[in-house]
Amino acid sequence: MKIAIIDYRSGNLHSALKSFQVAASEFKNVSVKITSCHKEILAADRLVLPGVGSFSFCKSKLLENTDVYKALFELVIEKKKPFLGICVGMQLLATKGHEGQKNNTGLNWISGEVKKIGVKKSFKIPHMGWNSLHFNKFHPLFKGIHINDHFYFVHSYEFNVRSKEEVIATTNHGKKIVSGIAKDNIVGLQFHPEKSQIPGLKIIRNFIDWNPKMI
Amino acid sequence: MLKTRIIPCLDVKDGRVVKGTNFINLRDAGDPVEIAKIYNDEGADELCFLDISASQENRNTTYDIVKNTAEKCFMPLTVGGGVRQVSEVETLLNHGADKVSFNSAAVSNPKLISLAADKFGSQCIVVAIDAKFSVSINDWEVFTHGGTKSTGIKATEFAKTMEDNGAGEILLTSMDKDGVKDGYDLKLLKAITSIVSIPVIASGGAGKVEHFLDAVRYGGASALLAASVFHFNEITIAEVKEFLSKSNIPMRMT
Repeated sequence: MKIAIIDYRSGNLHSALKSFQVAASEFKNVSVKITSCHKEILAADRLVLPGVGSFSFCKSKLLENTDVYKALFELVIEKKKPFLGICVGMQLLATKGHEGQKNNTGLNWISGEVKKIGVKKSFKIPHMGWNSLHFNKFHPLFKGIHINDHFYFVHSYEFNVRSKEEVIATTNHGKKIVSGIAKDNIVGLQFHPEKSQIPGLKIIRNFIDWNPKMI
Repeated sequence: MLKTRIIPCLDVKDGRVVKGTNFINLRDAGDPVEIAKIYNDEGADELCFLDISASQENRNTTYDIVKNTAEKCFMPLTVGGGVRQVSEVETLLNHGADKVSFNSAAVSNPKLISLAADKFGSQCIVVAIDAKFSVSINDWEVFTHGGTKSTGIKATEFAKTMEDNGAGEILLTSMDKDGVKDGYDLKLLKAITSIVSIPVIASGGAGKVEHFLDAVRYGGASALLAASVFHFNEITIAEVKEFLSKSNIPMRMT
């Protein structure tokens, strides 16, 4: 199995690569590669879209390369290969985002908008640090994960998902924030599994092991 | 619920972890990558690297240390010290840093913070403020260049400006308390945490577990940073977390 971590020069790829390599080493014949080459993306069996940066910056970096965008579309939407978006990589799945500049269009693979988190002043923004998950429904990505496990969050914007059916986990920070989404072969996480030590590695392992059932 | 973070800070000079008192008298405390790994195993919630030689010397040693640490620790890493350009943020992120901290350059060129935040997002831009109480301005005064240059700028006003410019977090070091171990500067902390809505990391003065609790309870800190007490094994991270947890401060217990 080939896992491609898409490089669109947003940083943070080092830790994503390392953690996927550690998780992949527990499987037979799983290789992990960072790439921005559309041919390598097309040859992959699983895709990871990481993301540090603003929505508009990441989006312009991702979409300014039309070959990469076409490869992503072919692999994820047509061939239905498993896809994981992390942090801004998850937010890019939205219809629109308002970080960096207003009304930026996203991939629109999961309907909704990415907006600044609005909470009382006693709750600090960015939502930064370790927080836990509430599971809306079972998803194979969260196999073996408990409500007492902690994951590392660092974000000021949240994904307001249109269909509640597509929300698999939420997290409390002055309000309910969407922390996990899923639709067919696409999953997204607001937190950073690659920074979340043992529970984070567990989720990465689950992603490698995941065979999405199409509805 | 979001947990209060415990952050060991590694002041790095010429590739070694050092620690002094009131910003001088540096003592050697070991190899940064080895120490990072120990803290990672002990349950640190984040790590902070400050390259205190960076303003004068070659940065490449730091890049290597960041890279080697990020390979060993799957935890958030903040790196700072002598960062002056947006391009350096990108280089540090690519070497495995999650957040980059600005200090002197944020004072001399506040626009740098907005440029960096626009490009990489506020969440990875930290402004480190070194402050010392000044009788003449009747406020805490911002110092730069490793605490050697006074600026005449009020820390409270500067913190607010940095938030407005897009900083995602403030690392607030009390120079009066740094290395003294008689507690964080609670008045300074309270003054800053009540003026900004971004998280503030308390730094300087931790000597016993009660000090960590006070910084959260009375100072409003979102995260607690310490260096020497952890490096010289006077307090362990586990002891701090256990004490805070028993005192009803939400902690990530590992």
